[in-house]
Amino acid sequence: MSADDTRPDPDALLARIEADAERIRRGKLKVFFGACPGVGKTWAMLNAARTLQAEGREVVVGVAETHGRSETARMLEGLETLPPRLLPYQGRELREFDLDAALRRKPELILVDELAHSNVAGSRHAKRWQDVEELLAAGISVYTTVNVQHLESLNDIVGGITGIQVRETLPDRVFDQADEVALVDLPPDDLLQRMKEGKVYLAQQAERAVHHFFRKGNLIALRELALRRTADRVDLQMREYRSDQSIQSVWQAKERLLVCVGPGAGGDRLVRAAARLAASLHADWIAVYVETPRLQRLSDANRDKILKTLTLARGLGAETATLSGQEDAPTLLAYARGRNVSKLVVGKSLRTGLSRILIAPLSDRLSALAQDVDVYVVGHESEAPPAGEQVVMPLDPDQEPSGGPRHEGYAWALGVCAATTLAAKALPAYLDLANLIMVYLLGVVWIAARYGRGPAVLASVTSVLSFDFFFVPPHLSFTVADTRYLLTFLIMLAVALTISSLAANLRYQARIASYRERRTRAINELGRELAGALLPEQIVESARSHLEGLFQSKVCLLLPDAHDKVHSPSVPLDHGALPLDPAIAQWVYDHQQPAGLGAQSLAGAPMHYLPLKAPMRTRGVLALEPTQKRLLFLPEQTRLLETLAAQIGQALERVHYVEVAQDALIRMESERLRNGLLSALSHDLRTPLTVLAGLADTLPLAGPPLPPAQADIAQTIRTQALHTSLLVDNLLHMARLQNGSIQLKREWQPLEEVVGTALRSLAGPLSRHEVRVRIPDDLPLLEFDAVLMERVFCNLLENAAKYTPPGSVIELEARHAGDRTMITVSDNGPGLPPGKEEHLFEKFTRGQDESAVTGVGLGLAIVRAIVEAHKGMVRAENRTEGGARFTLTLPAGKPPAPPQEV
Amino acid sequence: MEAERSAPRHVVLIEDEPQIRRFVRTSLEAEGCAVTEAGTAERGLVEAGTRKPDLIILDLGLPDRDGVEVVRDLRTWSSTPILILSARVDEKDKVVALDAGADDYLTKPFGVAELLARVRALLRRAQLAVTENAQISFGSITVDLARRRVTRSGEDIHLTPIEYRLLTLLIANAGRVLTQRQLLREVWGPSHADDTHYLRVYMTGLRRKLEANPTQPRHLRTETGVGYRLVLES
Repeated sequence: MSADDTRPDPDALLARIEADAERIRRGKLKVFFGACPGVGKTWAMLNAARTLQAEGREVVVGVAETHGRSETARMLEGLETLPPRLLPYQGRELREFDLDAALRRKPELILVDELAHSNVAGSRHAKRWQDVEELLAAGISVYTTVNVQHLESLNDIVGGITGIQVRETLPDRVFDQADEVALVDLPPDDLLQRMKEGKVYLAQQAERAVHHFFRKGNLIALRELALRRTADRVDLQMREYRSDQSIQSVWQAKERLLVCVGPGAGGDRLVRAAARLAASLHADWIAVYVETPRLQRLSDANRDKILKTLTLARGLGAETATLSGQEDAPTLLAYARGRNVSKLVVGKSLRTGLSRILIAPLSDRLSALAQDVDVYVVGHESEAPPAGEQVVMPLDPDQEPSGGPRHEGYAWALGVCAATTLAAKALPAYLDLANLIMVYLLGVVWIAARYGRGPAVLASVTSVLSFDFFFVPPHLSFTVADTRYLLTFLIMLAVALTISSLAANLRYQARIASYRERRTRAINELGRELAGALLPEQIVESARSHLEGLFQSKVCLLLPDAHDKVHSPSVPLDHGALPLDPAIAQWVYDHQQPAGLGAQSLAGAPMHYLPLKAPMRTRGVLALEPTQKRLLFLPEQTRLLETLAAQIGQALERVHYVEVAQDALIRMESERLRNGLLSALSHDLRTPLTVLAGLADTLPLAGPPLPPAQADIAQTIRTQALHTSLLVDNLLHMARLQNGSIQLKREWQPLEEVVGTALRSLAGPLSRHEVRVRIPDDLPLLEFDAVLMERVFCNLLENAAKYTPPGSVIELEARHAGDRTMITVSDNGPGLPPGKEEHLFEKFTRGQDESAVTGVGLGLAIVRAIVEAHKGMVRAENRTEGGARFTLTLPAGKPPAPPQEV
Repeated sequence: MEAERSAPRHVVLIEDEPQIRRFVRTSLEAEGCAVTEAGTAERGLVEAGTRKPDLIILDLGLPDRDGVEVVRDLRTWSSTPILILSARVDEKDKVVALDAGADDYLTKPFGVAELLARVRALLRRAQLAVTENAQISFGSITVDLARRRVTRSGEDIHLTPIEYRLLTLLIANAGRVLTQRQLLREVWGPSHADDTHYLRVYMTGLRRKLEANPTQPRHLRTETGVGYRLVLES
């Protein structure tokens, strides 16, 4: 067991290998990291770039902020700089980094200053670091600069130290995943000196603020932060190295941290603190929001704030979830146990005084319930607790958020009260006071069950007041003669309120349950419909109708065509008005990332775009235009959408593979048919030809010797049969070359061997010609299919023999020329018909029409097909000194090392 | 010639096409051979077992059994030379049949002259094996196997050890086609059975040393896509 403990987790190793492979394809990111402006990051970056350029690397400046510093501007000289993109913004033109130009230029290395910069509205990405991610993904390496105050997790600390809140932040993930970080360090005294000399850029900040920022104390603190952050990184690398090398170290279970986000203020601070803690523990972390019935009553604004906090947490690298339950502490703990969480982070309670005594803070309740889990409490900045408006936000998308039913509920509460009172007044004989209380309570229960907490509270109070006013002596007055009735009122009110609360909670739970059930049903129903779909159009249609109902959105699905361009397969007429942007959809498809409304990229677009990912690849893009943004971006709704998108993607993939399989089946079948036909043809023709040639040959042997005339006839039958067989061979060869069913058996071999066999098989036709072969002894080996290449030479030599008079000279020469080998077959015959040289290589073309020379004109077409299958070329021309010349050019390739004799 | 006539060589011909059997039989009988015909592999195996032939001619495309299997079957109990007849559809079938133990092949359609040349060479081979000849001559080349000397018209020719091994292997199988695989296995060992370029480079070297015109060799012949063969006289 002890051996197992020291062994790295195979999944972790695999993840690392995959990450490494990904990193090799991606460009490399190097960050020049500094404590504050003015330490010389841009200068250092340019300096490094110049060194690389001097080494012959391809360096382009994408954007570099010189801030008017001449020493920095001088560094830019001699480096290629991309022109900025000019974007109109509020009547002005703003200069922005041109991402598309950089992608088109595709240099080896590009410099992109100020990684944390926020792009002008109208750019593709909101942040420059997203531009850089895209550059890296395209395989371009990037040099960039970052100041410590821009790191997301340190943002509030720096704000606390310097008093200046920096808005442009960078997710720590980006910084941590950089391949290299170079710390550009300058001692505070030197920096202050540079400032005095006016070498430090002072932004358009108020001078006082700047001076406040550049106080020596601040500078020291910032420098320490920067140094520590860099040291953390080095430490992480060290640990990774140790685990890579399997150096004996502790293989502890991975820590998981859970932060509970509440409706109170300081949620962002809480999340940032958790992020820092998670980073220092090197732990995964989860941010959750527990929705209890109490929190159900929060206003939309407060709920949006929670959503924002969760989004921030996701940006900082957390997984997010929304839980719902009766009480926060047990729900949290159950979830924490399920996810193997070892540490809980909660905010400090804001309650004071009585409520603090009545309801213990969450941290206390948690520690009381779970002794084995560490609970961290994060403090707040002093800020007034938010005034929680007591308005219920309906969870059910079908219910109107406010208005109608709510007011109706209050009206009903009053109505039920009045009705009860009237009935009691009309029938005083049947009702004594004790029964009357019960009747009132019945009304309250009905209201609570039907309209929820608010109307129920109203009904409770009105009931007590009516009871007092109309029935407790003295009648028609709120004064009470018998003080014992006061206790009755109190108990009645308490019972009414308790009942209404219980009933309302019940109602809420039922609603949650029905909502969950609806969600599950939605997944199941869509799954069932998708499983039955056979065509992409069916999938698109059922996905669209389901999603439109679930998310109250207009939905459009885009599918890729054969060229990986997405478009909507069927845009119904009522969808013509959709603000669909095909360019964004294409981007989402290419990058497999969500974009548009509510996403990190192109957030300005009116629609939300989601890639339909399937196991093998992305299968399309889903675009939604929500009528209510929140219905789409609640965490559980987002997850539901993702689940459904994955389901749709898988269905599309399944249909795709069904098509592929059918195609393959059809192709296989036709291939089988064709091959069967070819071999049947070849067998059926060859057998009779063999018989014909053989019998003609045996004629002279059969009986008494044949007279010369008959012997000559027998001989002619034989040659014609053999010739027909050659024609059949050529036809079959052509057919197989054309349908691609010939597989080249390429092997490295000397040319002279195949030339030798070709000459031998043509010994007959060439017997009356003089053949000269010149192949240099040191000609390198060539890679070709010997059988096919023999056919090439046979056809060329046979042609030469056929079209030149007896006694002509046929020359075959080969020579090596750089990365190719040239082989020429030439003769001193009548030459080719001028102007028709290229035409000769077409099928069924012959040099001399209707000439006495036999053949169908397939020989040269086969020569070309074979040579081109070997990635070579063949050319025909007339020699200046007369006669035809055919030149083959074959790629030389890299021959294997010749065998060494020991 | 007298001796041959007194003891005619016996050939078993296994071929399903009667017309081909007919002209092959006519040609072989004109050469003085006794021929037994068989139309199926099953029948052919029976004939080969009972007649003790000097040569078996076997068509690869038989209706009842795969020709290669028949070769393997025959080789388990007989060392009689086997000549394969095949349609030139695929070089692969021939190589498989040769690797399985066949001695030579003819591609349809073939002429009678070609057939008789192959038959003679194979029949002579059977004799050659009996008369353990220490000295072999082809063209102007003489190879003295006992003294490991190779001479052209009396002049010494230097061969590298591998070239010599290759040559002796071809001599021992003169008239037969040796597949590339068989040669590589024998000379370089089984681990090099796929390094065909080794073999080709050495064969080219041998030809340059032994052939008068290496691009048009008379003795060290290439069977494209299949292997090599040494032809003692042409």
